[in-house]
Formats: sequence, structure tokens, C-alpha cells
Amino acid sequence: MPFIEVSGVSKSFPIKGGTRHVLQNVSLSVEQGEFVAIVGSMGSGKSTLLSLLAGLTTPDAGTIRIGGEPLKGIRRDAAFVFQNYSLLPWLTALENVRLAVGAAFPELSRDQQRSRAQQTLEGVGLGNALARRPGQLSGGMRQRVAIARALATEPQVMFLGEPLGALDALTRESLQGELARLCGEGDGRVTTVMITNSVDEAILLSDRIVPILPGPPATLGTPIEVALPRPRSAALLAHDDEAARVRTHVIATLTAALSGTSRTRKAAAAMRQHEAESSERKATEMTIPAAEEAR
Amino acid sequence: MAKRVINMLLPLCGIGLALLVWWGASMAVPDLPSPARTWEESKIYILEPMAKRGEMDQGMARLAYYSLIRVGRGFLLGIVIATPLGFLLGVSPLLTRMFDPIMQVLRPISPLAWLPLGLVVFQKSEPAAMFAIAICSMWPTLINTAVGVRAIPQDYWNVAKVLRLSKFTTFTRIIVPATLPYMFTGYRLSLGIAWLVIVASEMLTGTPGVGGFLWQEYNSLVYAHILLAILTIGIVGFALDRLMGMAEAKLRAA
Repeated sequence: MPFIEVSGVSKSFPIKGGTRHVLQNVSLSVEQGEFVAIVGSMGSGKSTLLSLLAGLTTPDAGTIRIGGEPLKGIRRDAAFVFQNYSLLPWLTALENVRLAVGAAFPELSRDQQRSRAQQTLEGVGLGNALARRPGQLSGGMRQRVAIARALATEPQVMFLGEPLGALDALTRESLQGELARLCGEGDGRVTTVMITNSVDEAILLSDRIVPILPGPPATLGTPIEVALPRPRSAALLAHDDEAARVRTHVIATLTAALSGTSRTRKAAAAMRQHEAESSERKATEMTIPAAEEAR
Repeated sequence: MAKRVINMLLPLCGIGLALLVWWGASMAVPDLPSPARTWEESKIYILEPMAKRGEMDQGMARLAYYSLIRVGRGFLLGIVIATPLGFLLGVSPLLTRMFDPIMQVLRPISPLAWLPLGLVVFQKSEPAAMFAIAICSMWPTLINTAVGVRAIPQDYWNVAKVLRLSKFTTFTRIIVPATLPYMFTGYRLSLGIAWLVIVASEMLTGTPGVGGFLWQEYNSLVYAHILLAILTIGIVGFALDRLMGMAEAKLRAA
């Protein structure tokens, strides 16, 4: 049974002069330990979907079940990383993480909480910035603190809301590597749902990509498996054929949905067909000379 | 270097001009003493600030001290009442709607109107003065604290929700630190009002202090001392404001 099960969920918001139907009949399932990336452009409804999954809002229709139980508000064993850090500026990095540890494990003493917080911060490479306030940290470091805060509570499920969206391109790249390492290692992998607008980020980090097709109302496209071995690195993936195939597939799906006409959808389908044929051709081309040489 | 000299000279020029205006006015109005005469008749109060020659005939420092003690008590009472109320109104739109009309009506009432009521209720002048100071000076603290709570960014509320912080932790770790700058702005304004009120209340009740001294000297026709009292009130008020401002600045840097 999947760990997270979303069935037929719809959500609308009242706006001036009517309602905005953000999501319609959305279904998704996430297995335990899986990393799912929901990819779509801005305003496509992915933040709303994440809010629903996180229990921050309730759907108008449909059900969400996590761990077999219907979702009622924010789960105790869930952790979040938002796009805009949300660190308390009057607490040090250590104190920010300790606050989360204290709320999740109230039975631990202050010192135990602090040492756990310190461990996690060291794990994200901030061992020498424990006593600094968010104002004294760079954007990348602040996001690391936010990630440490999420991981320190030892969650069962993590929700990442465009976690690297507010960072510059270079910091984003290096933090992607960090995230890949943190979320991808070990046996007890945390079930993670991430929303992002970067296809490459999704390929680097996730096991499955779910494209969100813009509406309104938005719907989910067919999930695309990312069957690449871990650990992954951006350098390796840049030259990987499978990664390129997945990338093309995802972008084609998203572009086709954006244009919305059947003509472009047919064009996208033709492109996919062409890709499949050319890779087949490459495979056969490579064997023929070998066969000739063998003769 | 030149800039620093000019920066020191300009206020002195301003003061010089003000003294000129005073002197001019004293020439025109026979009862108004000139700056020179004011100094002559007042210097004993300034040069012997800690002297005590009689109930109302004391050095300026002593008189200011009495007034400050009263201000301190009333001001503290005011902020002790206003701060929790400010938090309550800040978090609850319902309570705000309930009490806003009352607040808007009570706010503009002058201390001179509250004082007789205070005397009726408390019978004695000290508690009446404290009551008048508290009820007049509490409004900036109350309003600023409520505004501060309402100004807390949604981000911080999200943190409390998402980390599942207890109500107590949310209050101590998020609400109070986020509202502190607003609270201190309120305290500064409240202190200014409290100082205004003490002078008025001392004048009305005749208790020893700067205001009491002022009124007594007016009744004794020693006008130079009125001006002395006025200057003292102004300088002490300025010093209080500055001290509060320093406390506020330290908080912002922290």
C-alpha cells in the first residue's frame, strides 16, 4: 500500500468575481522511501498541491491518506523546507534547529536537544556557523539551516516547497548536490515530495517525476520514472543518455500542455517517436559494423 | 573637522536666537522676566540642587526627583496594564472590534479631565496622580503592541504551525521577540505622555515636584521661577526620551 495516497482531490479558492479552480481530480501515490518531484511552472498549482499534502489546507473534494490514515492537519512526523527559509532572525542557527528538535522531542533535555541540533548542522556543513544569526548567513547557508531543521526532527515524510528557488544559480547547484546526498543515502530513506520548476533538479534528486499540467484547473500528467542509479551527480547526469531521455520526455509533456492545442501535442508525440527511433537506429548502426568486422 | 565644528555651532546658534526672542519678549511685557533676571533669581535652585529649605523650597534636582518617582510609578502601572492587553488585542480581531470604539473615545481625554475622577475614586492625591498617569499614558503602548502583533509576518506564524510549537513557545519565541521593537516605541511615547501628565497633576494637586513648584511660584508672583520650572520640565523630558531611545536602539541592534 502506498505511503501517501491522493485520490480525486480538487481545490478551489474564492477570488474577486468568482472562484479559481486550482486543482481538479488530482490523484497521486507515493511509496514509502520514494522521492517524488512535482514539476511545473510558476502558478501551476504545485504549491497548492503541496499545501494539501502537508495538511496546511484541506481539499474541497477527494481524499488524502498518509500511512493508511486520512490526513488531519500537519503530521507529527512530517518536516518542511520552504522556499523562503522561514528562520527566526533573533535566534542563532543552533537555536533555530534546537527549537524544532525541542518541539519534536520534548522528552529530551535542553542539552540533548542542542547536541542533536549541532550534529545535524554539522551534517549540512555548518559546524562553524552555529552561533550565527540568519542575518549573518548567506542565502545558501540559511537554506542549509532550514534543511538541517527539517532533518533534525527525524521525519517520516518531508515536504520540500521549491527549496532552492530563492538561491542564485551557482549556490543552487551546490545545494542540489547536498540535498541529493542527504535525501538519497541510507536504507531508511525519508519519503519525500518536492515541488520544483527545474527539470534537472528533479532528475538529480527524485525517483519519479510527476508533471503538473497547467489549467486552470491543473491536473497531473503521467508520472515518469527516473531509473538512474544513486549516488547521482550533476556532472554525470549531463552526459547520461537515460537522463537526457527523461528530460526530453518531461519537457515535451510540459510544453505540450502549455500550448494546449492538439497540433502541438501531436508534435510532441512525434518528437518522442523520433527520439525513440533515433536511439534504436543508433543501436542497430553500432551493431552492423561490428557484424561486418566479424565477417 | 570643520563639519563637526559647524554641527556643534548650529544648535548653539538656535539657542542663542531663542534667548534673543525671550529677551525681546521680556522687554515688551513688563511682568515677563528677562533671561538675565531669571538666572539671578533662579540660580540658587540650580547651584544648590539638593538643598531642602522647606516643603516647596527645594533644589531643582530634589524636585525633579519627586516628579520622576511619581512618573515612574504611573508609567510602570500603565505599561503593565497596556502590554498584555496589547497582545490580546493583537491576536484577536474579535476583541479588537469589541473594544476599539471604547479605546478611541478614551484616548483623547486630557489628564486634566481624569484627575478629578481619580481624586473622587481614590480620595488622596498620590493614587489619583498615579491613576491619571497610567490611564493617559497607556494608549501608545497598547496600540503599538497590538500593531506589532498584527505586523508579524505570516512566515513566522507558518514556522509555529509547521514545527507544531506549543502556545507558550509561540508566545515567548515568536510573538514577543517580533513585537519588541513596536513595544519599545510604545513605551517611549507613553513615557513622554506620562511626563506631561505629572506636571499637570502636580499643578492641580499641589504636591511637591516640578509642577507643584511651578504653580506655587505663579501664585507667589515669582515669575522667574515659572520659567525655571518650564526649562527644567523640558530638559528632563528630553533626557527621558533620549534614554528610552537608547534602550530602543540597543534592542534593534540585538
